[in-house]
Amino acid sequence: MKVVNEVNWMIGGPQGTGVDSSANLFSQACATAGLWIFGKREYHSNIKGKHSYFQVRVSDKPIHSHVDDVHILATFEDSTARLHAHEVVKGGALIYDPTKIMLDDLDLKSGIITLPIDFNTTLRHVAEVTGEEYGKLAIIKNTIAVSASMALLRMDISLMEETLTRIYTGKKAKFVGLNMAAVKKAYEAVDALPDELHAQFPYHLEPKKNTPKRLLINGAQANSLGKLKAGCRYQSYYPISPATDESNYLESHPEYGIAVVQCEDEIAAIDMALGAATTGVRASTATSGPGFCLMAEGLGWGGMNEVPIVLFDYQRGGPSTGLPTRHEQGDLMFAAFGGHGEYPRLVMAPSTIDDHFHLAFESFNYADKFQTPVIILNDKFLTHSLETIPPFKEDHLVIDRGRLATPQELETAIADGKGFPRFRPDAKTVVSPRPYPGQEGSPYWMTGDEHDDYGHITENPETRMKMHEKRMSKYKLMLEQIPEDRQFSLHGDPNADITLVCWGTTYGVLEDALPVLKEKGIKANFLHLRMLVPFPIATEKILKKAKKLVIVENNFGTQLGHLIRMATGIFISSQVVKYTGRPMSLDEIVSSVEKLSKKEIKPEMDPLTGQSIEKVVLTYGL
Amino acid sequence: MVSKLQAPLTVAAYKSDVHNDWCPGCGDFGILQAVQQCCAELALPPWETMVFAGIGCSGKVFNYMSTHGVHTLHGRVLPFAVGAKLANPDLEVVAVGGDGDGYGIGAGHFVHAGRRNVDMAYIVMTNEVYGLTKGQAAPTLGRGQQTKSLPQPNTNDAIQPLALALSSGYTWIGRSYAFDGKHLKEMIKKAIDHKGMALLDVLQPCPTFNDIHTAEWFNKKVKGPGENVMLPRIFNINEAGHDGSVKDPTNFDEVADKQRKAFEMAYYYGDRAPVGLFYEIKLPTYVERMQAQAPLLKKYAPARVPYEDASHLPTTDLSKSYEEFLF
Ligand SMILES: Cc1ncc(C[n+]2csc(CCOP(=O)(O)OP(=O)(O)O)c2C)c(N)n1
Ligand code: SF4
Ligand SMILES: [Mg+2]
Repeated sequence: MKVVNEVNWMIGGPQGTGVDSSANLFSQACATAGLWIFGKREYHSNIKGKHSYFQVRVSDKPIHSHVDDVHILATFEDSTARLHAHEVVKGGALIYDPTKIMLDDLDLKSGIITLPIDFNTTLRHVAEVTGEEYGKLAIIKNTIAVSASMALLRMDISLMEETLTRIYTGKKAKFVGLNMAAVKKAYEAVDALPDELHAQFPYHLEPKKNTPKRLLINGAQANSLGKLKAGCRYQSYYPISPATDESNYLESHPEYGIAVVQCEDEIAAIDMALGAATTGVRASTATSGPGFCLMAEGLGWGGMNEVPIVLFDYQRGGPSTGLPTRHEQGDLMFAAFGGHGEYPRLVMAPSTIDDHFHLAFESFNYADKFQTPVIILNDKFLTHSLETIPPFKEDHLVIDRGRLATPQELETAIADGKGFPRFRPDAKTVVSPRPYPGQEGSPYWMTGDEHDDYGHITENPETRMKMHEKRMSKYKLMLEQIPEDRQFSLHGDPNADITLVCWGTTYGVLEDALPVLKEKGIKANFLHLRMLVPFPIATEKILKKAKKLVIVENNFGTQLGHLIRMATGIFISSQVVKYTGRPMSLDEIVSSVEKLSKKEIKPEMDPLTGQSIEKVVLTYGL
Repeated sequence: MVSKLQAPLTVAAYKSDVHNDWCPGCGDFGILQAVQQCCAELALPPWETMVFAGIGCSGKVFNYMSTHGVHTLHGRVLPFAVGAKLANPDLEVVAVGGDGDGYGIGAGHFVHAGRRNVDMAYIVMTNEVYGLTKGQAAPTLGRGQQTKSLPQPNTNDAIQPLALALSSGYTWIGRSYAFDGKHLKEMIKKAIDHKGMALLDVLQPCPTFNDIHTAEWFNKKVKGPGENVMLPRIFNINEAGHDGSVKDPTNFDEVADKQRKAFEMAYYYGDRAPVGLFYEIKLPTYVERMQAQAPLLKKYAPARVPYEDASHLPTTDLSKSYEEFLF
């Protein structure tokens, strides 16, 4: 039975040997063919040598998640074959190097097509026909693996040439010929397979004509573009995985006039961004857990001084250095409560790669509108996942700098001669007018100490109350002024039997799971919280109405679950969690919801709350 | 709008009416006054001037100025000030703070600020104690010394801030004394005028907690190494012949020679206290380096790069960047 345009391809190898470039080549070729892809990258905190792999799922229609079954496993050394062979489905294919590995050593299902390619001999052949030095060709192994896969999938060889021509331009154009020699050799090897083997392999890719233009992009890139669009022109950072990619992207684009400053530590990174923000520039920093912790004091200063600033926390496995290159939704509690004393902060998390662009854009408006720090919780999963998505919609985007000082207000300040009343609560807007240094009449004072309207230090209890209440009332403004459809969304049949509750990047897998569950006779919908602090209390009615709630989070203790309980009193005792450092696959979600709906899960005691819970702990993936 | 010319920029124009709560006789008064005089002499428009301060007695300077005054976090005055200067190089940015703030908790930032050579003056009030937390040892207090509130003599050796500044890349390094108003004012002016990162370390008596290095101690006449006569403890190294200004920054020998001499002066081992300009060199500032990499920043400060039109629609055109991703 032919399976057209539904394939899950995997390539692996030691870090630093071109696994990423092969996945890019494969993804770009599929995207060029008008197909839709979702690619997931897994790698160690290591530069060279440790095992890494990339999984690319290809489809006829848009997809937002990865699956467990592998249809083609492409390897050019022994470790990947050993580690992943068992994931190849019956009817799938394995591309391997017979000089490196014996098939008998692998945990292979029966009925798998095995395609031996002697990579070194192939490279020698490429060296001969192109005259290139053999020693310089190691990286071309990737092209061979990708091309053999494409040939198996019956994609035309011209697609490889088209893609390579797009990748290698200018000075690098000479690599097209070199790679094409390898491509041809790989196609020949596949052609040489007996016809009955070809007939056995059901997976085909067929180019789709008339697919509209799409972006093939990852979360870090989408996020960076959203920031640039918003007018962010100052970023300070300290290197840390997986946040660095964003700063790197921004620094590689000096044409936008953004100052990107690599600091001595994360304390400097947040404080420099705060200093920059005081001048009126839209400023931000990007970090991950360990750095985020170091920023706690600075964020509080920003809250106290009502500085618009956006912090992008690219979550990874914690605590401490934890799993530096793996995924987790573990920083929600810290984002919500980290720091001493009380100050208002807006915490939000993007749902999809497209939403990375939009939320990054919006976040600067919110920071300006509420004049307080905004924390955006990104994560390793989508930061490094590749997806084909429609181009970002830009028509509706508007810049909102919030309450700025008017010329009259500046004039009054000059006449009064007491400085600008920067912190005087405005009867209508609550937040106060903000002048920029450089404007005549602008001078005012800022201090982390409690202060009066002008920013003078005071310990007067009444002033303290007035100022503290003003700042904390921003939570109310956020709830009122951020449109509900930006705070949360409900997907699927509102009267479903099961309501899955999630936040952040589990959105995609739940979106893909609903139709699959439906086919299996399970009526489920999902509630996604995009805004986390303040708690979007309008979700309460949905939560109360739901027939059965299941919380889905990539952490141990269901951090959103705790926020929900705090805000509404609702305790969600059915839980699907994963804390292996890997994101949840479509198969995992579907099977866990099935188990919960069939009441197959034994209750246990939740060590965090002492409550009885039914918990599905997901474990799949290396 | 009131025209800039209508408001004469006298010293009074830089004083806020906030009550000053430093202890009587505190050296910080001298420093504050000198900063205000400099602002007036340089006619810095208060609305274009930002004074960033650390946390400590010294940090309160922020509130006594009527420019923009920013009281930051303990040890973090430099990152805040650097961020503001890079975001808008048209602003005059001055950083001030205590010796605990700058050389202790903020030592990491102190070092890296030197490497960046941002165009600003950093004035450190060196009183050898943590004034605001009631007199603990600052990193400038010598080993074995026991100022008033130390339960035991100090167990740590002192750092030498001028030498640290030198090895960190500060391009202007000077020292002055809080109660020598004339010298102090001239030095602050030079530090502000210098195009690059300037450190001015100011010896600041703290009559409340530092009962060793008091104003009386500074005023005493003593003998220096190899000197036979009694001379004022504080002596001006430039008047004594030290020339720390590098004439040709590309001349390796000259740079090495001036650095060596500045280093020797910083470690002056006698009983006398050297003040003056120790070292000075002209190197490209961080903003100039940034502009070389992002030419648009030559035209606009980051805080002034256009990004929206009159109806607040974003004007940043991403289409060139999209090309890379479009399939
Ligand atoms: C993170 C942090 N730790 C400790 C303190 C308490 N603290 C306030 S001022 C200060 C020392 C100030 O000493 P110095 O910088 O020398 O300034 P001085 O008071 O001597 O002018 C300390 C430790 C603080 N504010 N923040
Ligand atoms: S404690 Fe010392 S430094 Fe602080 S105000 Fe008093 S005299 Fe000045
Ligand atoms: Mg001190």
